[in-house]
Amino acid sequence: MQFVQLLISGISQGCIYGLIALGFVLIYKATETVSFAQGELMMLGAFCGLALMTVLGFPFWAAVLASILAMGLFGVVLERAVIRPILGQPAFSIVMLTIGIGYVLRGLVTMIPNIGTETHTLPVPYKDLSFRLGALVLNAEQLVVIAATALLCVLLFALFRYSKLGIAMQASSQNQLAAYYMGIPVQRLNGLAWGLAAAVAAVAGLLLAPITFVHANMGLIGLKAFPAAVVGGFGSLPGAIVGGLVIGIVESLSGFYLPDGFKDTAAYIVVLIMLMVKPNGLFGEKLRKKV
Amino acid sequence: MRFIFKTSYEQDLRLAKHGGHVFWYSLLAVALVAAPWVAPEYWLAQLTFVLIYAIVGLGLMLLAGFTGLFSLGHAAFLGVGAYTQAVLTGMGWPFALSLACAAGLSAAVGVVVGLPALRVKGIYLGMATLSFGFIVEEVFARWESVTGGNSGKHLVPPQIAGYSFESTESFYFLCLVIAVVSTLAILNLLRSPTGRAFVAIRDSEISAQSMGIHLARYKTLSFSISAALAGIGGALYAHKLQFISPDQFNILQSIDLLLMIVIGGLGSVHGAFLGAIFLISMPQLISLSKDWLPTAIGQAPGLQAVVYGVVLIAFVLFEPMGLYGRWLKVRTWLQMFPFYRKGLFKRQKSFQKSDRLK
Repeated sequence: MQFVQLLISGISQGCIYGLIALGFVLIYKATETVSFAQGELMMLGAFCGLALMTVLGFPFWAAVLASILAMGLFGVVLERAVIRPILGQPAFSIVMLTIGIGYVLRGLVTMIPNIGTETHTLPVPYKDLSFRLGALVLNAEQLVVIAATALLCVLLFALFRYSKLGIAMQASSQNQLAAYYMGIPVQRLNGLAWGLAAAVAAVAGLLLAPITFVHANMGLIGLKAFPAAVVGGFGSLPGAIVGGLVIGIVESLSGFYLPDGFKDTAAYIVVLIMLMVKPNGLFGEKLRKKV
Repeated sequence: MRFIFKTSYEQDLRLAKHGGHVFWYSLLAVALVAAPWVAPEYWLAQLTFVLIYAIVGLGLMLLAGFTGLFSLGHAAFLGVGAYTQAVLTGMGWPFALSLACAAGLSAAVGVVVGLPALRVKGIYLGMATLSFGFIVEEVFARWESVTGGNSGKHLVPPQIAGYSFESTESFYFLCLVIAVVSTLAILNLLRSPTGRAFVAIRDSEISAQSMGIHLARYKTLSFSISAALAGIGGALYAHKLQFISPDQFNILQSIDLLLMIVIGGLGSVHGAFLGAIFLISMPQLISLSKDWLPTAIGQAPGLQAVVYGVVLIAFVLFEPMGLYGRWLKVRTWLQMFPFYRKGLFKRQKSFQKSDRLK
């Protein structure tokens, strides 16, 4: 029973990692850049929801929808303003650029007087609910995380499988130049990919907020999502979720069965092993080298 | 504008290319040696930190700027050096010997980290080094019998042949000597076949390999040299602060180190020093500017992060060659004065160039 309990908490934590990793992968597939600001976008989404609910008095669902939309828009603007001028430059400078964006976002939130430096709780309707299933205790927060992640995965799958937009995005992620010649507006799609990634990050933030707290440094969890993306294979959307689940479960189990200190490093140990055994990740695509 | 006509290979390999170099660098050397008598003690301490960070920066520059491998866990090497130094000098070893051990152990760890670098590239390498940094930080915190855990570890001032470098001035001179030696070592390395092999790997791995460069060997070598310099820097850093704890060697420190070399100017030895000056002077500048800003902004805790982020973004967008690149442009403008063209240093547009198949 204990094992199942740990498994469930691992899965719900893993869903959060998976959602953030999904953002990395969306951006990586579209623009070949790795965004280190994803955790901060998540933090911003949580703060956005908090502000809408407590300051403007939105009802819960309206606040969730509004903050997801707002973050999506923010992602598009960010891409247009900062990322687009530098596309095609070495990966290193883009990584530094997104680290800079992360610094600015974290700093700006901290600068809001009396709000930025404190921890807040997000008022959600399902707070403190729990179900008993035999000896199992299921928290509503964890179940909501799992359900919302599953729903989001279905939506994204439908988007990429059935909509014209999703298929165009897939095409441009496979070969930008060819897609461009076929009349696909690659640049606009890149912006949309950033918007989508920011919206997914906002979802992750809103889901994580009831479990931990809303805080300016909550974005540092994004560093745990990198292992998730690598384990799944950078550049594979289902891989990101699977990788997140693997990292979440390993972390939860090692926190219980292994001595202190392994919980925080488990994700990184897994990623090192993964890189040694299978550098392309579980679902990574193998590409041929060209000179 | 100065034209140098090279007539022999020896001339091409010389460290000082012309008389101007000799003059200005001698002037700089005189200024640095005279600094303890001129500068107040506080400035001298800051200058010591600049030298220490420059030593670490030189190593990271070799790795990121010249070999093209970037490390997101470089603070871990700094930590390995610092803790080795703390433990060995605590056991009564002489300074020079323990410094050599700190460098050696960091280099050995660097080789271990360099091994995954043979298989993975780009962002995957970033992940490997990031993971390594986290694990090492956790080891520092947990291995209490050696590192003292989270309560940290104290150090004594370095001693060479009975002379203790307790005063700010004497420790400054010690750092200055080590910094000069490591700069010369890096400069000489860069004009040797090894250094050229590093640059070749950075520019194109496949071309380098087809020219007969053993990729695995040179990548590990680059990692180990870089880690050794970080270890030396870490040891000096530990002596300067006289107290170390695991949280000084975390991911934020690693990112600071990267920020330093990017802002200094990737791929230039000057960049390591300019970046170190920037990194040390930035907090001072921010706290000075606080008096001029409205209190709501000036006293806000996030100001420093915002300034760092904005500076970093601005450099990547507008000045990818960093402070050293800016200086080159100013110098060229002065030399060419009425004939400077606007697009002289313009970046090539490389939109839609794929990195994925590299």
